[in-house]
Amino acid sequence: MAERKFRVWRGNAEGGEFVDYQVEIEPGMVVLDAVHRIQTHQANDLAVRWNCKAGKCGSCSCEVNGKPKLSCMTRVNDYAPDETITIQPLRTFPILKDLVTDVTWNYEQKAKIKPLQPRPREADGTHRMQQEDVDRVQEFRKCIECFLCQDVCHVLRNQDRKDAFVGPRLMIHIAQLEMNPLDTADRIPELKKEYGSGLCNITRCCTDVCPEHINITDNAIIPLKERVVDRYYDPVMMIWRALTGK
Amino acid sequence: MAADVGTGGHPKGMFKTLRTDAWWFEPLWTGLGFLIFTIYANYEMLKGDNYWYNAGVEGFGGYLSPFFSPLFFADTRVWAGAPVHESFFGLAPEWWPTWFPSISAALILPLPLSFRLTCYYYRKFYYRAYFMTPPACAVNPAPQPGRYEGERMMLLFQNLHRYALYTAIVVIGFLSWDAFMSFFRGGQLGVGVGSIILTINPILLGMYTFGCHAWRHLVGGRKDCFSCDALNRDKGMTKSYGAWRAVTWLNERHMLLAWVSMIWVGWTAVYVRLVASGAITDFNTWGN
Ligand code: SF4
Ligand code: SF4
Ligand code: FES
Ligand code: FES
Repeated sequence: MAERKFRVWRGNAEGGEFVDYQVEIEPGMVVLDAVHRIQTHQANDLAVRWNCKAGKCGSCSCEVNGKPKLSCMTRVNDYAPDETITIQPLRTFPILKDLVTDVTWNYEQKAKIKPLQPRPREADGTHRMQQEDVDRVQEFRKCIECFLCQDVCHVLRNQDRKDAFVGPRLMIHIAQLEMNPLDTADRIPELKKEYGSGLCNITRCCTDVCPEHINITDNAIIPLKERVVDRYYDPVMMIWRALTGK
Repeated sequence: MAADVGTGGHPKGMFKTLRTDAWWFEPLWTGLGFLIFTIYANYEMLKGDNYWYNAGVEGFGGYLSPFFSPLFFADTRVWAGAPVHESFFGLAPEWWPTWFPSISAALILPLPLSFRLTCYYYRKFYYRAYFMTPPACAVNPAPQPGRYEGERMMLLFQNLHRYALYTAIVVIGFLSWDAFMSFFRGGQLGVGVGSIILTINPILLGMYTFGCHAWRHLVGGRKDCFSCDALNRDKGMTKSYGAWRAVTWLNERHMLLAWVSMIWVGWTAVYVRLVASGAITDFNTWGN
C-alpha cells in the first residue's frame, strides 16, 4: 500500500510547529481520514474537530496546502502523489489546539444582527409566500457555517478589521433576512455602519471557497451594497424620497 | 517559532502563502490584458486618424471606429477622418491641435472607461491584479498605506456605478446606430465584413451592460417581494421577477462578457483602422 507525506501543524495559542507524518493511503481517502489515521497510529493527542464526514456539519474546516477547505471533502488524490500535503488550522480565528480554532467570534456577530420580524399573519392564521419570492433566500439557507468564507476574507484574515466588518457568512445571513418577503425590519442603517458592507471590496474569495457553492458576492453582498446605495448614495433616489416621503 | 510565521504556521509578509498552485497566473493575465487594452485605447485617441471608412464614396454611411462614437466633431485634417456630415457638431474647432487627442475620442472615452472602472467585476479584477488587496485568495496582500477601509473613504465614488451604467446604455444606442449605418456605403444598402464586426459590437456590449449588478438591482433585485404587486403579474411570472431572472442569466456570465465585449471593441477599432489605412481589403457587396 502506498504511503505519502503529511505535514500537520501542532501547537496551541502560544506557538507550535509543523510535524511530518508518513501515512498509508487507500483509494478514496479524504484528508480527514489521513488525520484520523495519524491520530490513531502516531499521535493520539492530535486535536481535530469533525462530526458528519459528509460535508454537512461545517466542523472540519482547515487549510490544506494553503487553501481553506473542508478536510472531509478534500480527496487525497487531488494532490500529486509525491506532493506533501500540509494541513493547518484556520488563520483568522484563535487556535485552541492543533487543528482546532475558536470560532466564537462568528456567533457574536450573528447575535448583533436584527432577527426576523415577520408581518402579521393572514386572516386564516398562516404566512403565505410565493416560490418566486423565496428562491433567492433559499440559496442562503444552504450555509453550513463552516466559516471557510470568514477565514479567507482578507478583511478579517489580513486587514485586521474584525472591529468593522461582520464577514461574508453574516452578509448572507443579513441578505436572507432583508430579502425575506415576510420580514418588516430595516437593517440598512446597520448594514452601512456596524455590519460594514463598505469594507468588502468584492474580491470574491468567499465565493471561491464556499463548499456549498453559495454565490455569496453576486447574490448577497452586491445586492446589499446596492440597497445601501439606494438609501445613502444615489442623489436622485434621495431627492425622490424626500419629495414623496417614500 | 520563526518571526516570519504566525501561530498556525501561516507565513507573514507580502504575497506569502502556502498555496502550491499558480495563484499568480490570474492576476497576471488579467492585469496585462487590461493594460494592453488601455494602451491601445490611448493610442487611438492620441493618433486620432483612420477611424472612418467608406471607400471614398459620396453620401451617407460607412464604418466608424467605436472609440470615436458618437462622433461629435469631424476632423478632416487627419487621414481617414470622418466627413463633416457624419458628425453632430460639424468640424472640429480650429484651435483644437491635431497632435492632441482627437476631440471626439477624448469626449467619449471617459464614459465607457468610468463604467468599466466602477463595474463590480472590474473592481474585483483590479483590486486583485493592481492593488493586490489581495492578489489571490489566501495570499497575503500588499501593505496598506493606512488602516484598511475597503470601499469607504477614498473609494466611495464606486457607489455611483449606476450613473455610469446610464451613460453606457446611451453609448450602446449610438453604437447600434453606427452598426446600422455600416450597412450603407454612399447611401447604398449592402454588407461587408466590417458591417458584421460593427454589428456584433453593440450586441456583446449590450449583453455585458444588461448583466450589470446595478441593473439587476434596479429591474427587480431591490424588491423583497416580487409577487406582492398584483398588477405586476404577467402570465404566471411577475414582470419584475421575469426581468430579474433574465438579467441574472447575463449576470452569471458577466466576467466572460466583460472580457469578450472589451476585446471586441478593440478588434472593431483595429479592423476599421486597417481597412481605412488601406492595409487590408474589406470584403463586401458594394464592390469597392
Ligand atoms: S468578497 Fe468581500 S466578503 Fe468576500 S472575501 Fe472578498 S472582501 Fe471578504
Ligand atoms: S457561506 Fe459557505 S463558506 Fe461561508 S460559512 Fe456558509 S457554507 Fe461555509
Ligand atoms: S466533518 Fe462535517 S463537514 Fe466535514
Ligand atoms: S457590475 Fe459590471 S457593469 Fe455594472
